[in-house]
Amino acid sequence: MSLLEVRDLTVRFGRRQIVAVDGLSLSLAKGGRLGVIGESGSGKTVTALAVLGLLPANAVVSGSIELAGRPITSLNEAGLAKLRGNVVSMVFQEPMTALDPTMRVGRQVAEVLRLHTSAAPGKAREQVVAMLNEVGLPDPGRVAMSYPHQLSGGQRQRVVMAMALINAPDLVICDEPTTALDVTVQAKVLAKLDQVLNLSGAACLFISHDLAVVSQVCEQVMVMLDGKVVETGTVADLFNRPQHPYTKGLVATSRLDQMVPGQRLPVVEDFYHPDAERVGR
Amino acid sequence: MKRAQLVIGCVLVGLVVVAALLSLVWTPFDPLEVVPGDRLQPPGWPHLMGTDGFGIDVLARLLVGAQVTLVVGVISVGLAALIGVPLGLWAGQVGGWADELVMRTADVFYAVPALLLAMLFASVFGASTFTAMAAIGLASIPAFARVSRAGTRQVMATDFVLAAKASGTSSWGIARRHIAPNIAPLIGVQASVGFALAILAEAALSYLGLGTQRPTPTWGNMLHDAQQYIFISPLQAVWPGLAIAVAVLGFNLLGDGLRDYLDPRLRELA
Repeated sequence: MSLLEVRDLTVRFGRRQIVAVDGLSLSLAKGGRLGVIGESGSGKTVTALAVLGLLPANAVVSGSIELAGRPITSLNEAGLAKLRGNVVSMVFQEPMTALDPTMRVGRQVAEVLRLHTSAAPGKAREQVVAMLNEVGLPDPGRVAMSYPHQLSGGQRQRVVMAMALINAPDLVICDEPTTALDVTVQAKVLAKLDQVLNLSGAACLFISHDLAVVSQVCEQVMVMLDGKVVETGTVADLFNRPQHPYTKGLVATSRLDQMVPGQRLPVVEDFYHPDAERVGR
Repeated sequence: MKRAQLVIGCVLVGLVVVAALLSLVWTPFDPLEVVPGDRLQPPGWPHLMGTDGFGIDVLARLLVGAQVTLVVGVISVGLAALIGVPLGLWAGQVGGWADELVMRTADVFYAVPALLLAMLFASVFGASTFTAMAAIGLASIPAFARVSRAGTRQVMATDFVLAAKASGTSSWGIARRHIAPNIAPLIGVQASVGFALAILAEAALSYLGLGTQRPTPTWGNMLHDAQQYIFISPLQAVWPGLAIAVAVLGFNLLGDGLRDYLDPRLRELA
């Protein structure tokens, strides 16, 4: 049985019932990884929040989401709180804002641990420092005692990762975890994420707008456009035989190494033109 | 610069606190004993700040007056914060109807000035220190509710609250561990501004005879008593006026300094 099973998920917002996600289905096996690619507003983050049951109150959800056999859409807050951070966790995009500026980062990681286990404070501290070490933070003891503003962006993102991973969840949702980092730090953080996920055997839903980043972590990729899944396949398939014109555009724009100098760079619109319906929205 | 504000604020507030504490155990003269032979003495020895129209030592009355000032400030600000902050936090966190209910009610109460409320209380229950504290406290609730609601809304919109929810933190846990520490600087500033306002309001009330009753000396009723001797002995009005100014300035400076101190991001820069 798969770990995450989403069937025909549709999310609408507000009084005007604006459709953010439209009939999305996906399935993720235990330990599996799925990349979700799409531009801003394509419904990636809304999908992730729906899996966590964290959509704002004005969202109308239809379809079913099953996580580890439990129906997310019909659980109450207490039931969801038990799953969050324990069975499923999330790595957020902005390491600047995903950490509470008034709390030492070690305590923030320990909070997640404390919520779901009854570890003694001393033991919890040990576990937190070990986790910070595992996500590749040098001198984890000192980092644990720091406030977020005393750390660099890369360090902060590793702390956010540690928060998501400390309870060894079955599913980790990464929402553009490296977008806010510069390219060299990005590569290091991704490599570490890959390694830690391998070690813990957690499944991963990896959201990004960057095909190159997704291909570093995932084998399977799903392309989203305007709330719909337009294409699913392995990274290799997608690169070599893109089917949907939008995917063709994405692949072409990511192949900068194949460009002849002096030639105009391709844009997605060369391959895919948003139709009238989309413009109207 | 910021550090200097905090230090000066602390010193001025400390001065008031020391005066109040000192007056509990020692005053240069009895602050209540009328000595007809010593009326309207100029500052000098043994009356450092002179005496008033009853021949009572001004310094002794000033020291005892600090007690009333501090008690009224602490109780009224405490009352306002104790009711206003949880209400504002709740309104900001729950949103929707709760938000509307609390904030519209706060708007209505904003329209009632502390002095008017104090006059109402004084005419219904009789003027006393207690009615002054209750009036000032109740009238300050909307300000605390509004400040903490605004701060809560801001914190609720951050990613770290979303992250806390995503790791299974309850609403209560978010309020306690994330919202409260993040709005504490705002509340601290509001409290010290509120304290300064409460001191002024208390002085005004006891000046008008609507607060603490004689013979208990307060800075407000000292000002009132000095009024009739303003041409003979103007310094008598200067001393309590100066005391009020020092206390108000002290709490304002302390508030500003405190805001920067409580914010770890700014603490680093100082």
